[in-house]
Amino acid sequence: MISINFEYHRPHSISEALEMFGELHAKGKEPIFYNGGTEIITMMRIHSLYTEARAVIDIKTIPECTYTGFQGDRLVIGSSIPLAQLQEMPEFPLLGKTCSRIADHTSREKITIGGNICGTIKYKEAVLPLLLTDCDLVIAGDNGINEIPIQQVFDKHMLLAPGSFVVQVLVKKQFLDLPYVSKKMTRIDRIGYPLLTVSALKTGEQARFAFSGLCDFPFRSNSVEDALNNQDWSVQERITNAISQLPAPLLGDAEGSAAYREFVLRNVLEESIAELKGG
Amino acid sequence: MIGKSVPRKEGNNKVTGAAKYTNDFSVAGLLHAKLLTSPHAHATIKSIDVREAKKCPGVRAIVTGVDYPILTGSAIEDRPILALEKVRYFGEPIAVVVADTEYEAQNACTFIKVEYEILPVVNTVEEALEGKHPLVHEEFKNYTQVKELRPDPTRNVSNHVTVRKGNINEGRTLSDITVEIDVSFPQSDHAAMETRSVRAEILPSGEVYLHSSSQAPFTIKQSIGKYFNINENKVIVHTPLVGGAFGGKAAIQLELIAYAASKAVGGKLVTLTNTREDDMVSSPVHIGMSANVKLGATNQGELIMAEIKFLFDSGAYVDEASDITTTAALNCTGPYKINHVWCDSYCVYTNHPYSTSFRGYGHSELGFAIERAMEILANKLKIDPMELRIKNAIKPGDTTPSQAPLTKGNIGNTAKCLERVKELINWEEGQVVPISDRIIKAKGISSLWKTSMSPTNASTGAIITFNKDGTMNLNVGVVEMGQGTKTTLTQLLAESMKVDESKIHVKMEVDTQTSPRHWKTVASTATFMAGNAVLEAAEDAKRQLKNNAAYALRCKPEELEVGEARVYLKSNPKSNVNVKDVAHGYKYENGNAVGSLVIGHGSFMMNHLTKKDPQTGKGVPGPAWTVGAQAVEVEFDTKTFFYKITKAVTVLDVGKVINPKGARGQVTGAMCMGLSWASREGFTFDENGIVLNNQFRTYKTIRYNENPKYIVEFLETPQSDGPYGARGLGEHGVIGMPAALANSLSAAAGVPINQLPIVPESIWRQKRGGVYDINKF
Amino acid sequence: MKQMVELTVNGEKKRIYVRPAATLLNTLREELGLTGAKPGCENGDCGACTINFDGRPMKSCLTLSIEAVDHQVTTIEGLIDTPIQQAFVKQFAFQCGYCTSGFIMNCHALAELYPNANEYQIKDWLQSNICRCTGYEEIEAAITEVLKNKAIEDTPS
Repeated sequence: MISINFEYHRPHSISEALEMFGELHAKGKEPIFYNGGTEIITMMRIHSLYTEARAVIDIKTIPECTYTGFQGDRLVIGSSIPLAQLQEMPEFPLLGKTCSRIADHTSREKITIGGNICGTIKYKEAVLPLLLTDCDLVIAGDNGINEIPIQQVFDKHMLLAPGSFVVQVLVKKQFLDLPYVSKKMTRIDRIGYPLLTVSALKTGEQARFAFSGLCDFPFRSNSVEDALNNQDWSVQERITNAISQLPAPLLGDAEGSAAYREFVLRNVLEESIAELKGG
Repeated sequence: MIGKSVPRKEGNNKVTGAAKYTNDFSVAGLLHAKLLTSPHAHATIKSIDVREAKKCPGVRAIVTGVDYPILTGSAIEDRPILALEKVRYFGEPIAVVVADTEYEAQNACTFIKVEYEILPVVNTVEEALEGKHPLVHEEFKNYTQVKELRPDPTRNVSNHVTVRKGNINEGRTLSDITVEIDVSFPQSDHAAMETRSVRAEILPSGEVYLHSSSQAPFTIKQSIGKYFNINENKVIVHTPLVGGAFGGKAAIQLELIAYAASKAVGGKLVTLTNTREDDMVSSPVHIGMSANVKLGATNQGELIMAEIKFLFDSGAYVDEASDITTTAALNCTGPYKINHVWCDSYCVYTNHPYSTSFRGYGHSELGFAIERAMEILANKLKIDPMELRIKNAIKPGDTTPSQAPLTKGNIGNTAKCLERVKELINWEEGQVVPISDRIIKAKGISSLWKTSMSPTNASTGAIITFNKDGTMNLNVGVVEMGQGTKTTLTQLLAESMKVDESKIHVKMEVDTQTSPRHWKTVASTATFMAGNAVLEAAEDAKRQLKNNAAYALRCKPEELEVGEARVYLKSNPKSNVNVKDVAHGYKYENGNAVGSLVIGHGSFMMNHLTKKDPQTGKGVPGPAWTVGAQAVEVEFDTKTFFYKITKAVTVLDVGKVINPKGARGQVTGAMCMGLSWASREGFTFDENGIVLNNQFRTYKTIRYNENPKYIVEFLETPQSDGPYGARGLGEHGVIGMPAALANSLSAAAGVPINQLPIVPESIWRQKRGGVYDINKF
Repeated sequence: MKQMVELTVNGEKKRIYVRPAATLLNTLREELGLTGAKPGCENGDCGACTINFDGRPMKSCLTLSIEAVDHQVTTIEGLIDTPIQQAFVKQFAFQCGYCTSGFIMNCHALAELYPNANEYQIKDWLQSNICRCTGYEEIEAAITEVLKNKAIEDTPS
């Protein structure tokens, strides 16, 4: 039960959505784009976030946002595609696998890929495969519709200008069926926030790694990857070096202490490296 | 009908969405109430400003503590309806807003301004005993004690229970070997899927109507009467189907707030339903405990003495915690014969949510402590833990720690349960068996026992009426909250009347105006108590039917028998009359009517229970002890410390199984709850006493497929005064699970695991020898 | 601030006034009297409010009712004597009944969409719901029975 009142708008095109945003903004309604809406609904209910919003713009009826398919050498994934659908999509198994462990299945019928990566939640695990594949994001905003490499707009969280939204994710075919691993560890059993999630992709001799839950933001780091790929070192040395290169202190919270996270990370990295080597 | 798996009577309503729970009601004009709760665990309330909130749309009234400066509580009156002067736990209700709609009430809550002055937090029972100021209750000495308690207010102790059996010094001398162990677990939650909900209305006649998702509708009646100074006979409570309770809905809390809310709007109908967050911490929770156990035995493994200290975390208010403290003390040894017992059990205030009854009522808590100590004793003695338990299993002729004599009629066969568990878990294979270079299979066992502590005069009743077609209506005051008692009682009546259960309509809702008074639907006593009442009512109905039939068959009533919907001559069953023709008197062909309308009634009252001696604890706390044994098997990864619970076994002596599938479901459900509690549940408090996991997102419970394979068997040593020999069984599956799990994982990991919940991180901490405290990170 | 919307629930078109901020759970229960979907957490964690949205399982507490415009909503009240309902009764797959509607709606969608669901998929789907009374054994028996019969039924003879 949400005690805040807001208007609900359902545009049918990107331009209509942008126009609506402009108008509602001008009226002081602090509009927000609404995709799966799960975070907006749950955070508004407990008065934690989005309490100023007096209008939501549901982008799920914009055709581009619900499109999936190949265009040229790229796989196009609409930002309104729910995670449950990605889980069943054979084209990009790493994304499917990673998304298959976010929340629970029924929630994934509602959570969208766009919503997950643009949310405030610190995990945003769906972004990991996108970081690993150097994808481009189609972003609609005041400057029109642009394709922007994810590295330029994602640093700990999405850096979107007010009034803009992610329309699509574009992933180059060459990355789609590379060997990968994706592992999520929780405090106990399967459902719940991650202690950590590791996604990795093997590109030739090198492997790319992206992490969620380790620090209070998801990331891919060159120095961590360099350490993990350093063939001069034993696996344990690589892991120890990688841990020393983390971009922020290890998270300690109710899911697990920082020291325990490190323990789990070591095990998971060891397994991941072994599996990628085999793959 | 006995021993038949009759599907539950309300089943079709539950699979179609038609079954109605308290909050499934709405009517035009219904007002909605919402709670504002404390963001702090301990603080003085400097001021509450409701002016802005009152101006919010739809708001009809706002009630705060000062409007009802009443203290309430079932053992000691220590708890205000809404916080008064200070808050004592995170989530404590401060104000209730009544508005036209739920969202308007919720919205207005955000406009109430409360000014606090933060106080130091009493965050553990150990801290509490230091007695530093400010105490949780500085005014304790002014409180009214309802039950007999032995408090030590200067140390935050609300009740100190002592058990003294035998001679502890002699016990120490006679023991060749002793072990000592500390165990603990934090408070946790019942987490019934239906959050607590209540509706209140006050009529101009002075009658107060409450609808509540409660295990204790008759207690609500009493409490409303008492605290608001209303004649209890004016209070009418309805309880429809309840969506799970597990002990958590026996406490009276929201009912008092809802009454105050309704009163504030001129008696209009007001509904109040907890959010999940409020249900987890604002309403009462499952108790926490720290304990120290010393066991002494001979070198041959004969138990000689037990010296036990329990520190129960009652949280900010006592509620049922003082009685749980008592029960744990009176039964502190578990089902073992020990001649010298010394137990000190303390009920301790902290700035945590307050504790109430939880499935097992002290027995799973004491069980965890004792059964971990037994395991360590077995290791030290180098005796098989199974053999140690079997050797010392309690039996008729022995006495309990409170010196209650045990007889064939009031206790089952613990050793036999253990023997059977031994076979079912394949104990001979070994407690620890490697199954790969990393994975270990390990087993853990536990005995269990439980008695049901009730008031010495707890009572119940049953009423049977007849429809024109001869079918029966059964009315009892027992709440149906999923345990299936209404179906079980139907089976008992069907058996007694020798008819199919389909001929019996059992009333699901409890209405205190028309249902016979039933103490509370708690303590696995409903089948025992109400079952006896139903059987008595059936006999009464049969007697009346025979009287009426005697006119029809022109014979004496005592020549008749009732069965198959007929009343017949014992000597010649072909001479008979339909029950439907004699249930409402008997009408001769000429129209003359004789006899009387049949209304069968029966009742049952606990008897032979005695109050305990304040010094030694001596007394008979409950009518019988149900005993059993349990085991858990895990697969443990020695590298990551992750584990899977693969198998869980329960063998329980239930006297008589009335509904096999229903009984199995009660036991497996309880086992799952026990394993969930032991493996992942428990509140995480930060250093300010704030609960960090008050949502299912972070408070984890076992989900589908995380459950083990269950093996459940029943022994049937009849309880002499139980209906057809049956004992209660609703709670028992929980009791041994925590210890069995901890015993299996301790064996697997090679380190003692004495704290719950046992998440892989807890094992990791033990393995690296660090000081264990799951709450610190 | 309420606005008129037309929802299609259990095959019936309903014109009602709703707050855009009202969740589908609120609207089903309070405006349409369909109280089979239960509020267990209103946070998307427990699954007691699960309904079918265009035939797929959906948590009605995570959905605004206004989002359901132009979509088909099915609630437990819309299921009549389905195999999964029968199996739940037969297998004793519920006790208090509060989580039952949600579990059944999830199972029903699974059986309709994926009659050949494997063990992993069953687990993946059914872990979306919490049952606090049973130990899940009976729920497993119920879904397994339904899927087995469904698979037989769907196999051309």
